[in-house]
Amino acid sequence: MQNRSGSASVAGDERSSPVAFTVNGTRRELTLDNRTTLLDALREHLDLVGAKKGCDHGQCGSCTVLLEGRRVKSCLILAVTLDDCAITTVEGLAGPDQLSPLQEAFVAQDAFQCGYCTPGQLCSARGVLDEIAEGWPSAVTDDLTGAVRPTDAEIRERMAGNLCRCGAYPHIVAAIRETAGDR
Amino acid sequence: MREFRYRRPTDVDEAVALLGADPEAAYLAGGTNLVDLMKLGVQRPDLLVDVTRLPLGGIEPLPGGGLRVGATVRNSELAAHPLVRRDYPVLARALLAAASGQVRNMATTAGNLLQRTRCFYFQDTGKACNKRDPGSGCAARHGQNRELAILDWSEECVATHPSDLAVALAALDAVVEVAEPDGTRDVPFVELHRSPGEHPERETTLPRGALITAVRIPPLPAARRSAYLKVRDRASFAFAVGAVAAVLDLDGDMVRDVRLAYGAVAHRPWRAFRAETELRGRQFTPELAGQAADAELAAARPLRHNGFKVPLIRAITVRALTELAEAQA
Repeated sequence: MQNRSGSASVAGDERSSPVAFTVNGTRRELTLDNRTTLLDALREHLDLVGAKKGCDHGQCGSCTVLLEGRRVKSCLILAVTLDDCAITTVEGLAGPDQLSPLQEAFVAQDAFQCGYCTPGQLCSARGVLDEIAEGWPSAVTDDLTGAVRPTDAEIRERMAGNLCRCGAYPHIVAAIRETAGDR
Repeated sequence: MREFRYRRPTDVDEAVALLGADPEAAYLAGGTNLVDLMKLGVQRPDLLVDVTRLPLGGIEPLPGGGLRVGATVRNSELAAHPLVRRDYPVLARALLAAASGQVRNMATTAGNLLQRTRCFYFQDTGKACNKRDPGSGCAARHGQNRELAILDWSEECVATHPSDLAVALAALDAVVEVAEPDGTRDVPFVELHRSPGEHPERETTLPRGALITAVRIPPLPAARRSAYLKVRDRASFAFAVGAVAAVLDLDGDMVRDVRLAYGAVAHRPWRAFRAETELRGRQFTPELAGQAADAELAAARPLRHNGFKVPLIRAITVRALTELAEAQA
């Protein structure tokens, strides 16, 4: 049997796999082509189009979601690997009728222009705030064994995996700093 | 992307058997490099054996000192571990200098060591590359080779190993625990990666199907005074154009012990044994550090576009060691 790329090694019933995971608190069961990334599963199969496809190579951060509470790039994760995992997308950061404090701060600080990178920025920032609260050091932390404070330098370094081609970086930093409660 | 089968074994023996039974199978861990290379068509496995659910997590202190790090421990978890931050700053610094926060949350210890070169020609299936397609030639040898090797390259391949973690582990004399079809064994870290020679498609000394299960880091009290200095083209989220991992142990101003390893200079993380020999037992001065780097770099053969790496590596050797010496004064 030939597949689309011309090799004959994978039988039809082995090209896809069943998978069940939780997205924003709701259990979802899918049978997916093994090649489907988490990003494509969210966007194409679950109608959750908040996470964006920018580079599709793990470089731009616009696909960032939270996996078991940690920020990850959904374009480089195969969905079939995620059995029993919990995923939070930008749609799950707050309730349907209210914004989270982080989202409020993005609005108040004018932290976006076109908005394409914003869902990834928000999910990444959510992860950053938790990592700082847990005392994880970064490359710009002077004392590896000391406390970590949400300074501008710390936020810039930690957000380096999220590009914004409109260049809203200063306002993004301000919004995250405001949310961290350390101005 | 080529279609592939997917298996998620629950024990190591099953994983090793699955790999052994299929010459086109590949292990999948964090996926940060492999999934990308599959999208690019550079790697085309017909079976992915997912090792992330194997019981290979955890960071444990060893009875005689040192740490045992499970193969599937994520880079961010390792960098944040209190004992790594206190006892092996060179390791924490190398991890934190690598990639982005998201990637560090995904990438595993063993996957990091087995990641592929970021040589542009390797990643472009339209270009000749002996590593990707043995016998096709090396477009990098006389191409744009600013990022590539200055030491130990061959006419067949001038690629560099991209890992920061591996440079720190080379300096720390880590040991890699490996499961193979006929049993388990320990591999000294500096023997894990290969020189390119005539077979750059072979990047490690491990036989096909081998699975790294853990990395042991021996006790090294002097490593509390250690550093990782990485030079790159932007301040964050970029691969090294040159890096040094350094441990310096002074008795007064005499060098009692020193460990040095370089990144982004060769096909393997480069332990600088010659430089260490120049330094050990002598009175530390920045001039001596420079002479030690010169001794190591005497074998350098820069390519057309990367001659700058020789003085760069010399400069960061002097800076890293001098800062460590001043911190002990």
